[in-house]
Amino acid sequence: MSRIGVFICHCGENISRTVDVEQVAAQAAKMPGVAFATDYKYMCSDPGQNLVKNAIAEHRLTQVVVAACSPRMHERTFRKAVEQAGLNPFLCEMANIREHCSWVHEDREEATQKAIEIVGMLVERVKKNRVLPTITVPVTKRALVIGGGIAGIQAALDIADAGHQVVLVEREPSIGGHMAQLSETFPTLDCSQCIMTPKMVDVANHPNITLHTFSEIEQVDGYIGNFQVTVRKKARSVDEHKCTGCGVCMTKCPQKKIPNSFDCNLGMRTAIYVPFPQAVPNVPVIDRENCTMFKTGKCGVCQKVCGPGAVDFEQQDQLIVEPVGAIVVATGFELYRITEKPKGSPIKGYGEFGHGKIPDVIDGMTFERLASASGPTGGKILRPSDGKEPKQVVFIQCVGSRSREKGISYCSKVCCMYTAKHTMLYHHKVHDGQAYVFFMDARVPGKSYDEFWRRAIEDEEAVYIRGMVSRLYQKEDKIVVMGSDISVGVQVEIEADLVVLATAVQPQKGADGLAQKLGISYDKYNFYSEAHAKLRPVECATAGIYLAGACQGPKDIPDTVSQASAAAAKVMTLFAKDKLEREPIVARVKENGCVGCFACKKVCAYGAVEEKEIRDRQGNLIKTVAYVNPGVCAGCGTCQATCPSKSVELDGYTDEQIVAMIEAL
Amino acid sequence: MHVDKQKHTFEPKIIAFVCTWCTYAGADLAGTSRMQYPSNVRVLKFPCTGRIDPVFILKAFQQGADGILVSGCHPGDCHYIAGNYHARRRFAAFRKLLEFIGVDLNRIQFSWVSAAEGGKWVEVVTDLTEKVRAMGPMVEFKDLVLEEQWSGGLNNPELQAVYEAM
Repeated sequence: MSRIGVFICHCGENISRTVDVEQVAAQAAKMPGVAFATDYKYMCSDPGQNLVKNAIAEHRLTQVVVAACSPRMHERTFRKAVEQAGLNPFLCEMANIREHCSWVHEDREEATQKAIEIVGMLVERVKKNRVLPTITVPVTKRALVIGGGIAGIQAALDIADAGHQVVLVEREPSIGGHMAQLSETFPTLDCSQCIMTPKMVDVANHPNITLHTFSEIEQVDGYIGNFQVTVRKKARSVDEHKCTGCGVCMTKCPQKKIPNSFDCNLGMRTAIYVPFPQAVPNVPVIDRENCTMFKTGKCGVCQKVCGPGAVDFEQQDQLIVEPVGAIVVATGFELYRITEKPKGSPIKGYGEFGHGKIPDVIDGMTFERLASASGPTGGKILRPSDGKEPKQVVFIQCVGSRSREKGISYCSKVCCMYTAKHTMLYHHKVHDGQAYVFFMDARVPGKSYDEFWRRAIEDEEAVYIRGMVSRLYQKEDKIVVMGSDISVGVQVEIEADLVVLATAVQPQKGADGLAQKLGISYDKYNFYSEAHAKLRPVECATAGIYLAGACQGPKDIPDTVSQASAAAAKVMTLFAKDKLEREPIVARVKENGCVGCFACKKVCAYGAVEEKEIRDRQGNLIKTVAYVNPGVCAGCGTCQATCPSKSVELDGYTDEQIVAMIEAL
Repeated sequence: MHVDKQKHTFEPKIIAFVCTWCTYAGADLAGTSRMQYPSNVRVLKFPCTGRIDPVFILKAFQQGADGILVSGCHPGDCHYIAGNYHARRRFAAFRKLLEFIGVDLNRIQFSWVSAAEGGKWVEVVTDLTEKVRAMGPMVEFKDLVLEEQWSGGLNNPELQAVYEAM
């Protein structure tokens, strides 16, 4: 028999102004099953909570209904109070008579009647509430970081420094990502290599970090605290343990004319190569598509010259299973390939800018390689077509970005700043050169950013023209850029030697495929979605998976590093406990009724439904039923509404509870 | 805000089935913004619209509801990834069934109200209340319940005939 306590809050005057709380308490006391009902000025205050606790002891209450504000506000408060008084917290319910009643109705009589009915519904509901035990799941204190750019490196180092094991997986032969390609970074103009490579070395030397380069994620199973991740370590054709990184193989390789994608195809590399001299690990990879040995079966020069005998043409892909408790996704970005029309994407190519057809129309990353001291030109700004120093350079901003008709309506965020930086780098290297920038508007918020942009114009003499370029064509060895200057309303024509396009930042190719493996959501551009735009910016809606860097949206280096450290902090918070406690609002299968149709499995967005075999004592299979893994279940209840035999129940929202509320109407 | 104090002869019962993350929070926002709306609505909170079983709607009609509102997160915003899509699909089929058995579909409304849309909540609830008020009480299901109770015994002539034939 239920002995329910009903506690009506005045909320100062917020409730009592329109609701006759005494009458509600009097009516509640008459409801069947209610043993005690009272009202108090501030139920959430310390004396108010004590009132509840004392009443539970004094009146031997079995369930509690608090009629006050929204459960979103104070449900946790009262459940905690009830728990302290020795009741299971899930035997306490809140009736929302403030947000849903006293604040939205003026008529006292009507509001009081409504409050009584709301309390009545919750009294009927709480009778059907069950004692729910807290669910605990174990935690594997080992993290996986996907992506070895600055985001992944920062997250991996932070987690590893906290004393936890980290597995870092990178698709390319070396870690470093895009930041390793940059020349100098805004707004301080410090050299990217100088701040990046020490961190890369730290990763390689860290005792807590296991590094898998030239590897990709094959499969992800499990749930928060207990993931099983299968990593495909692609065949490198070089034994990582034997290789000393001497580089003799690269000097002897006969294939020397392969465009190096790290240098945006400006420089050349051999078939056995490291992408750049500071690569971590400093172990070459054989590019099997271009290697003479793999193409014709004859060559093997690298193998002959390799002292330690590290070259292995027979090497196969390896599958490694890594058990981890948390995953940080830091897959980064790529620049919108202006000539390509990506498959299945609404984005059409920007034919009018001539990128891909005119060799001296390049993108921002290519300019970074031209300006980089370790780049193919040794840091000299030389144009790709004839190797001459360009005297007039036109920079075009918002190429792809912010144009709905081209399918990318967002702002790529970093281009205004890096274009300002490019004009400076150019001016520093070509003193008699002139930089022009076509821009829509300058978006330079950030510490010291506006000052930096102004410096480009005021001190470094970049000419900023507000307007877009309408046409661009080759005229002998010049590129004629036609555009408009809308601030003065005139047409502008510039004969440029080099054109640099600030192309849009896009998620890495295959970002959607990885998201599907991880079970995380992504937006229409394939950027990964955070759980809450403001309050949970680094967590995915899928528990145990965190985001860092430009895979979530365009970001500059400071923002990326901040987010990576934040993601690492979230992982450490998770790892601070040996067992995870979670709210026991999860689905449970009633095995007697389940016929194993697995309709629930099909609708579960989290993959929480598993197949479970029921066997008799001899081990003969009786039937296969659904089993909901409480560690994975998020508690949405879609399975329950779908189940044709009503054999799965969401604790806390059972049919009994809901029907009891409806019947109380 | 001033509320029309006009007394009506019929006050409909409106039951709202809402998800906790979007519409319930939207209704809370209407409260914190002190917006005013008719007091006819009673709110039942679910974790997700995906949890809402069509049976609850039938049950509510049986219990004397005159109008029903089902509301959750906007498509793409579901806290549970895709629960609202399952709900949308389920209720699209369920509406056909209700129509088939002769329920006026104007009594049942599906909408998306986000946690930021207190105003939309007020609008949806007010519109539905006024619409159902104009339609008058829902009698079909109440009659059905009475009929069911009456036919529950074996003294129903039809059942009696079947029973005897066995």
